[in-house]
Amino acid sequence: MRVQLTVNGEARACDTKGSESLLFALRDYLHLTGSKGACEQGECGSCSVLLDGELVCACLVMAVDAHGSEVVTVEGLGGPELHPVQKALIDAGGVQCGFCTPGFVVAAAALLDENPAPSSDEMREALAGNICRCTGYGAILRGLETLVEGR
Amino acid sequence: MTTRVRTGEVRGGVGESTSRADGIPKTDGTYTYSSDLYMDRMLFGATLRSPHPKARITKLDIGPAVAMTGVHAVLTSDDVPGSNAFGLESADQPILVADLVEYWGQAVAVVAADDPETARRAVGAIEVEYEVLEPLTDPEDADARDSVFHRARCLRGPQDLSGAVVVEGYYEVGMQDQAPLGTESGLAIPDGQGGVDLHIATQWTHVDRDQIVAGLGVDEDTVRVHHAGVGGAFGAREDVSLQIHLCLLALYTGRPVKMEYSRAESFVGHVHRHPAQLWMRHEADPDGILRRIEARIIIDGGAYRSTSDSVVGNAVYHAAGPYRCDSVSVEGVAVRTNNPPCGAMRGFGAVQACFGHEAQMDKLADALGMDRVELRIKNALRRGDPLATSGQVIDTSAPVVEILEKLRSMPLPADDRSDDPRLLPGGTGLTTSRSMVRRGIGYGVGLKNLCFSAGFDDYSEARVVITPFGVEVHTAAVEVGQGLGMSCEQIARTVLGIEDVVVYYDDTSKIGSAGSTSASRQTQMTGGAVLEAARMAREIALERGGGDELNAEGVWKDGVLVTPMEDLVGGENIEYHIRFHHPQTEEPDHNGQGNLHVDFAFAAHRAVVDVDQELGLFRVVQVDTVQDVGFMINPRSVVGQIEGGTMQGIGLATLEEIVVEEGVIKNPTFTDYLLPTFLDAPPMAIEVIEEPSSFGPFGAKGVGEPPTVSSTAAVVAAIRDATGLELNRTPVRPEHVALTTR
Repeated sequence: MRVQLTVNGEARACDTKGSESLLFALRDYLHLTGSKGACEQGECGSCSVLLDGELVCACLVMAVDAHGSEVVTVEGLGGPELHPVQKALIDAGGVQCGFCTPGFVVAAAALLDENPAPSSDEMREALAGNICRCTGYGAILRGLETLVEGR
Repeated sequence: MTTRVRTGEVRGGVGESTSRADGIPKTDGTYTYSSDLYMDRMLFGATLRSPHPKARITKLDIGPAVAMTGVHAVLTSDDVPGSNAFGLESADQPILVADLVEYWGQAVAVVAADDPETARRAVGAIEVEYEVLEPLTDPEDADARDSVFHRARCLRGPQDLSGAVVVEGYYEVGMQDQAPLGTESGLAIPDGQGGVDLHIATQWTHVDRDQIVAGLGVDEDTVRVHHAGVGGAFGAREDVSLQIHLCLLALYTGRPVKMEYSRAESFVGHVHRHPAQLWMRHEADPDGILRRIEARIIIDGGAYRSTSDSVVGNAVYHAAGPYRCDSVSVEGVAVRTNNPPCGAMRGFGAVQACFGHEAQMDKLADALGMDRVELRIKNALRRGDPLATSGQVIDTSAPVVEILEKLRSMPLPADDRSDDPRLLPGGTGLTTSRSMVRRGIGYGVGLKNLCFSAGFDDYSEARVVITPFGVEVHTAAVEVGQGLGMSCEQIARTVLGIEDVVVYYDDTSKIGSAGSTSASRQTQMTGGAVLEAARMAREIALERGGGDELNAEGVWKDGVLVTPMEDLVGGENIEYHIRFHHPQTEEPDHNGQGNLHVDFAFAAHRAVVDVDQELGLFRVVQVDTVQDVGFMINPRSVVGQIEGGTMQGIGLATLEEIVVEEGVIKNPTFTDYLLPTFLDAPPMAIEVIEEPSSFGPFGAKGVGEPPTVSSTAAVVAAIRDATGLELNRTPVRPEHVALTTR
């Protein structure tokens, strides 16, 4: 089945068998490997993308169900400059192995779009669907707090 | 041109919180992890695994799979050209099972096909029949039957000493998974001449290479192992998983082959933290001085050896904790069962030991009527003391007393009795109310040996090159996310006075081994190698340039630039290659005595936990750490290691356990194996003590493992403090709290 999408502002298409997830289509057919697969069950958030503006786990969306939709992946968030969330995570040491980072970047950017000045508790609640195994979350939180304070 | 710039003033040198070179690609999605690798014409691998923990293969027919369209290879043990055996410390595990399955999920055959789905279907098409056998799954039973990998012991001092106050305890530690977010994956590319390039997320490329060439039956230089982006490790990648399978498939098909484990497959694809049973007896004088420590420790190594011998040794050597005692008897055994194989995980035997000895110290303090911290301080190991177990005199910084005093003086979180559900056990589910909640405070202190021990020839190679464009550092060390690359850059900058430093992670054909990224060793070992190589390169530069100081502009003499950089290295780079060894350690004697370890680091945690005992719910309110770090090459990285390591220990205390029933893993998913999320992460206050180590670069110590050693003990101690329950098992489950009577 042919799936047509707008990904990061560009019209893209791929042929699928019908059973693939959106994550598989993005990574294996469209070669956008920024979104990561780590649990295949929507538990870890490593595959977070925006689907028609909604934050979703791309591993839980069928590629065919995304036909005609607009998808924003981590590759599409920044422009020539880094997205402020990306810079905040680097500056705070919120990146270690980095495998969870694209998911955190997308989820945090979505949060800040919705709520430009979340409290620390709101950040923790909003990002509870993203698992990080390296940092213990402290540096990620500090990075986002610094970003919000600086606005 | 006459302004003198001292090398110490270079930007980005040691002591600064520099940012990681891979920070931007890791945040914008362009960093290439092993699972992101792609090549035209590549095939996809998949693995047939045993559904039984112990069985004999009675029929294995690959015909139906071979006949499928799109399938290019179906390989069994018959197709292993070399020795059908691998293993980290001894080659005792078949690459593919020929006959006898020893654990659930063991690899029986591998497939390469045009796409992942075809590969999976081909695995399903292989016809295999098993004669199911009774698995050995009880560790005590295995011990009784002498199904054992290794026994270790420490007997030290007169064995007839005793104290007036005696406490005994039995403790259990569950099987923890490293759960790196990146599952096992890699890409093998045949070179067309019988050789292969493997791009892989690993912890030690050279030891992978050695095991691959043994399996392929080829020369060492036929296989080149390249460090691909690593999505976390924590010990899980020290053993070979799919490395040999990938190379077999690539050489058989003549095509690049990629393989990536699913999460469920990852749970059987790598070793885990050894579950442990510990019996301990502590005797002390009425004034609290420890007189006698006895311990017996069983760890379950599962079906194959991996590092079990070393882990049980470590558990034995760390069994007395960071305390003085002159009469010690510890017996340890790593048993062989049909449970999942266990091996390296952050803390490596010291975690299990610490859970026991710290529970004992609390019990002893209570029996003595002493303050729990005071008892620890009273018995704390100091520099110059012998380690209670092995007798090795501690000749490195050992600030245990300072750590505990500092930790005790740190402010406690406010107990504001808030009814905000986010601050209550059970969270926003509104399951409890503040009036049901009691707060507990627990302490844990531990130690961890650094680098490889017990006579192992531990070394790391590095090459430092000064070029007209800056400095290159070459190493085969694996950056797993911990920040080794930054440390190497910073060390080279400080020594050479040149800011522009790039670290190259060379494949196994270009440089010798850097050793494993494990045992908290790379800062000291590869950092040490870079330090020595950079110093030698600097000496060569000064001699060539005829001066006494070096920086990015060139060589200076008496504050005047005498040889500009373009002249210094315009014709020929300056290059120095080194194999750096740490001071030699000894093998233990028959009583486990000797100078077994090259260095130690110490850390302590204080945990504050709120508990609703009726419902068995708890919430970790805060965990504070004081750690002995030697010297912080990158302070922000050190804090990151302490926070992350502490969190993994909190996970073992509260959530994380691989549940194994009759050899079968019941929860091989992130839905059922629970990892701490943002909402489980408490605030952490962190202090460090910088007292230089005896041999690390600039006095640095490894920092990765110590925070994992004692955080579990501290959190469980806090739950005990709140409830008065014995809680001798970790992770603590709600039923342990709600359904146990005091």
